[in-house]
Amino acid sequence: MKHRYDVVVVGGGHAGSDAAAAAARRGARVALVTLRADTIGVMSCNPAIGGLGKGHLVREIDALDGIMGLAADKAGIQFRLLNRKKGPAVQGPRTQADRKLYKAAVQSALGAYDTIDVVEGEVADLLVEGGRCVGVRLADGSDIPAGAVVLTTGTFLRGVIHIGEDRTSGGRMGEQPSVALAERLMDLDLKLGRLKTGTPARLDGSTIDWDRLEKQEADPDPELFSFLSTHPHAPQVACGITRTTERTHEIIRANLSRSAMYGGHIEGVGPRYCPSIEDKIVRFADKTSHQIFLEPEGLDDPTVYPNGISTSLPRDAQEAFVRTIEGLENAKILQFGYAIEYDYIDPRNLRATLELKALPGLFLAGQINGTTGYEEAAAQGVVAGLNAAGTALDLDEVTFSRRTSYIGVMVDDLVTRGVTEPYRMFTSRAEFRLALRADNADQRLTAFGREIGCVGDQRWAIFSRKMDKLAEARARVSEIRLSARALADAGVNLNPDSPARDGMASLQLSDVEFNTLKSLAPELSGIDPAIGRQLKRDALYEPYIERQAATAEMIQRDENTRIPSNLDYGNLSGLSNEIRQKLEAARPETMAQAARIEGMTPAALLLILAGVKRMDRERRAG
Amino acid sequence: MAETIFALATAPGRAGVAVVRVSGPRARSSVERLTGPLPARGRGLRWVRSPDGEKLDQALVLTFPEGASFTGEEVVELHLHGAPAVVRAVLAALGQIDGLRHAEPGEFTRRAFQSGRMDLAEVEGLSDLLQAESEAQRRLAMRSFDGATSRLVEDLRRDLVRAAALIEATIDFADEEVPEDVGPEVQALLDGLISRMQAEVQGAAAAEMIRDGFEVAIVGPPNAGKSTLINYLAGREAAITSEIAGTTRDVIEVRMEIAGQLVTVLDTAGLRETEDQVERIGVERARTRAEAADIRLHLLAGPDAAPEIAVQPGDLVLLAKDDDGTRGGISGRTGAGVDRLLAALSEELERRVAPARATTTARQAQAMARAMDGLLKARDLLATAETADLAAEELNEAMRALDSLTGRIDVEDKLDLIFSSFCIGK
Repeated sequence: MKHRYDVVVVGGGHAGSDAAAAAARRGARVALVTLRADTIGVMSCNPAIGGLGKGHLVREIDALDGIMGLAADKAGIQFRLLNRKKGPAVQGPRTQADRKLYKAAVQSALGAYDTIDVVEGEVADLLVEGGRCVGVRLADGSDIPAGAVVLTTGTFLRGVIHIGEDRTSGGRMGEQPSVALAERLMDLDLKLGRLKTGTPARLDGSTIDWDRLEKQEADPDPELFSFLSTHPHAPQVACGITRTTERTHEIIRANLSRSAMYGGHIEGVGPRYCPSIEDKIVRFADKTSHQIFLEPEGLDDPTVYPNGISTSLPRDAQEAFVRTIEGLENAKILQFGYAIEYDYIDPRNLRATLELKALPGLFLAGQINGTTGYEEAAAQGVVAGLNAAGTALDLDEVTFSRRTSYIGVMVDDLVTRGVTEPYRMFTSRAEFRLALRADNADQRLTAFGREIGCVGDQRWAIFSRKMDKLAEARARVSEIRLSARALADAGVNLNPDSPARDGMASLQLSDVEFNTLKSLAPELSGIDPAIGRQLKRDALYEPYIERQAATAEMIQRDENTRIPSNLDYGNLSGLSNEIRQKLEAARPETMAQAARIEGMTPAALLLILAGVKRMDRERRAG
Repeated sequence: MAETIFALATAPGRAGVAVVRVSGPRARSSVERLTGPLPARGRGLRWVRSPDGEKLDQALVLTFPEGASFTGEEVVELHLHGAPAVVRAVLAALGQIDGLRHAEPGEFTRRAFQSGRMDLAEVEGLSDLLQAESEAQRRLAMRSFDGATSRLVEDLRRDLVRAAALIEATIDFADEEVPEDVGPEVQALLDGLISRMQAEVQGAAAAEMIRDGFEVAIVGPPNAGKSTLINYLAGREAAITSEIAGTTRDVIEVRMEIAGQLVTVLDTAGLRETEDQVERIGVERARTRAEAADIRLHLLAGPDAAPEIAVQPGDLVLLAKDDDGTRGGISGRTGAGVDRLLAALSEELERRVAPARATTTARQAQAMARAMDGLLKARDLLATAETADLAAEELNEAMRALDSLTGRIDVEDKLDLIFSSFCIGK
C-alpha cells in the first residue's frame, strides 16, 4: 500500500530533527509531527553543543551528512577545543551556541529537504496492524499511515517537574495528549526505569557584575564541527567564571529538606556527573567552593545559564543562595531552576537499529531511551532515521560497530547493557578510542554513509577530494628519508645514531610535527597544512591502532557470530542463574553483545559459543 | 543439554580404592540405573549392577548437587574396590548408558573452569598440584590452587583501575570542575604496581626452578669418590663404583629431595685427558652437563688441587675422600662431612627459591611482564609528553594482560593447551 509518507517522526527536538533528516537523505518521504513547528531545534537545557565524547558524536553525525554539526557551526559563539594538551584522540570540539541562531539553523536545514513535511499536531496513539507499527493517530482523530515511526518524545512518560515542594506534570509534550500513547507503550509490557535531571535558574545577564569575574575566552583558532565549515558565522564571546561561597553552602544545607531531590519527593536516579548543587554539597562536603560557568544564551539575549548550580530548591532558597555568589549579588532570576523526573524505556528492549523488539516498525531515539544530552539524542536520531527509512523502503539495515564509531559504542552500550543513570557519552566508553577521533570521523564514516545512501553529492565530492589529497601527501611523505641526525638537529628528542627513517615513520615520533618535516624536506612545502596536520595525527596513532587491530579482529569475529534468537539458555549447563537471567532478558543478537553484558565471564561466553555451534551442527544434520 | 561424562579419577592399576567420577546433568539419574535410588546430596553404600543385573561391586556412592561440586555440575562418585577388573566392568556398564560418554583428559577441570568454580590461575595450580613431587612443589602449586595468585591479581587490578580511573577523569571531565591534580597519586600508584610486578616477574623464575627442580653435578678428577658420594646420598647403589679410574662413563642421575626441593644429583665421568674413545665422549658429556647444572659440587683430590672446571657462584668446593672428616672435606665412604654438605646445599637452594611469590607459571609470568611493560610505558608517557590518551591506552593494555592471567579475557586459544596437560578423570 502506498502512503503519502514513508516515515513519521514524532518530536522535533534534536533526536527528531536528525532522525527526519537522516530518513529523508535515505530517500524516505517524512512527516515530522510536533506540537509547534516553531519549537523545532530548541535547546531546552544548556546553550552548548559538543564536549568530550559529545563533540565526537557531532563530528560523526556530520560525517554522515547530518544536520547538528552545521547548525552548531552557524550558531557557535564560543568555540573551544577541549583537552588540547591531552592528545588528539581525546580532544573534543565544543561551543556555546546562540539559542535563536541554533533553532533557526536547524529549521532551515530541515526546510532544505523537500521530502520532509512538518505537521503540527499532537500524537495521541500509534497505528498498529498485524503486530507492526504502521503510523500514528493525531489528537484530532486523523491518521498518518507510514512504513515506520520514530518516537523521539523525550521525557513525556510520566514526566513530573519539581521546584522545591511544588510539582507539576510536564515533559516536553504535556501530559494530556500523551496518555493514550503512553498507555499503548505500557501495553507492550516493556521494562521501564525512572530517571531525573535538573536545570539551574536562568539569570538576567544585565544584572551580573561581569567586571569582577574571571573570563573564559573562545579559542583564537576555532575548531569547528562540520567537515564542510571553514569559519565561525557568529561573533565570538567570552563566558564568565565564578564560584559558590561558604555562605552559599550554608543556605543550601539549611534548605536541603525542602529540596525536591533531598526532601524525598523524587524517586528517579540522577546522573553522577553534572550533579545538582545540592548533590555536590552533600557528597563533597569538604569542598568549600564549586566552580560556575556563566554561559550567555545568545548574542542579543540577556539570559545567562549558570552551569554548575542546577537545583530543585524552592524559589526563595534559590534566590537567596544565588545572591551569595560573587558577581551575582544583584542578579535577577528570569526562570527558576527545576528538576524533572520521567520514565524511560529500558533500551534493552531495542535492537541495534533502535527498533523496538516488541513492536517492529517503531523506532525510539533520544531521552526516552535513558540518555541525556543533545548530541546523544541526535546521534540516535540518525540511527533510528536511517533504519526507519530502511524498514519503510525495504533497504538494508544500518548498524554501527564499536570499532568504527562512538555512535556504535553508544547504541551497543544502550541495547546490551541498558542504563542505570542518564547515559552520557564519554571518550572512555570507547575501547578503540585512539582510532575513534573527532579529526577522522569523516575518514571512518563518510564512505560508509555514501554506501548506505545518506551522504549527498556535495559532501561526497569534498570528502573525495580530501581523501585524494591525503593519499597523495602520504605517498610523498613516505618517499622522503630523514637521518636521525637531521631530526635531532631540528630539536627532536631521539638518538642521533639511530637508523634513518621515512617521513611517515618520522611523524610517528611524538615531537615531530608536519612543519618539522617541511623544514627538513622543502619538497613537501606544497602540501596543504590541514592535510599535513591530519597525516601527523594518523601517523601518531598508527602503531597503537595496529596493536588494537588484533583485539578488534577478535571482536569482529565475535560480532560476526550471530546467536540464534531461539537459543535455549536454560539448556546450557554451567551458566550461573544470574547470567542466565541476564541473557534471557537481553537476548543478545551477537557474541559481541553477549560479551558486554554486565557480569559476563569468558567461561560463560564459551558455553554460549558451544551452544551456538551445537545448534549449527544440529541444523545442518537435521 | 551438556553431555554427561565419566572417568576413573584415581590412578589406574591395583589399589585399595578406585574412584569413578560422573559429571553432568544426568549424572545421578544415570548412576541410579546401576545402583538404585541415590540421595540428591550425601552418600550411601550401594550394590553396583551391570545393566543385565549382575552384581559388579559394592561401592560407597557420593552425590553432589549442581552448584556444589568440583565441576559445578551434578556429580556422582563411585568409590569402588580398587581392582582393575572391577573398574573395567563398572566403566563398561556406564558406557552402555545412553547420553553418557567417557571424559577427555582435563574435561572435569575444564567444566569447573567453565562454570566459574575455578579461574585459570587456580586451574594451573591444580595441574601443578597433581604433578607435585617435592614439598616445595606442593607448596608452590597450593599458592595458585588456593587462590593466592588470583587474590594478588585482584589486588593489583584494584590499584590499576584506580590509576586508570584518575587519568580518565582528567580526560573526560576536563570541561567541568577540573579534579584536583591527580598526578602525584597516579605516580605513586604506578610506582607501587611496577615494583610489585617486578618482584613477581623475578619470583616467577624462582618458581620455575621449584617446578623443574635443581640439578647438582658432582665433578672432580677420576676416582675422587664421586660415585661413592652419590650412592651415599641416595642410600642405594645408583652408580657403579670401583677402584678403577674412569668407571663412570655416562652421566648418572639420582633424584632426591633436599630441603624440600626436588634435586637431581648428577654423577659425571671423572674429568681427565684420556685416549679411550668411549671414555672421552663420557668426559665431554660430563663437562657439558656439569656446566649447565644449577650447582656444581667440586671434589678436589688434594688440598692444593684446583677444581676441574670453572667454579660458578653458589658452587661448593670440597676436599674428597676425607674419610675421618679431620680435614673439613667429605667422604661418601664414611659419610663424614655429608651433613655439612647438605646444610650448605640447602642454604644455597633456599637462597635461590626465596624470590618465589604468587606468580608461579611461565604463562602467568609472561602476562605479568606484559602488564608491567604497559605500566612502564604509561609512566614515561605521562612524564614526558602531552599524550594522556596514549598513557591511558597503555594502562588498558596492562589491564588486559592482568585479566588474561586469571582468565577473564583472551583465553580461548590458550584453553586447549592448558587443559590438555590434565589426565583423564580431572
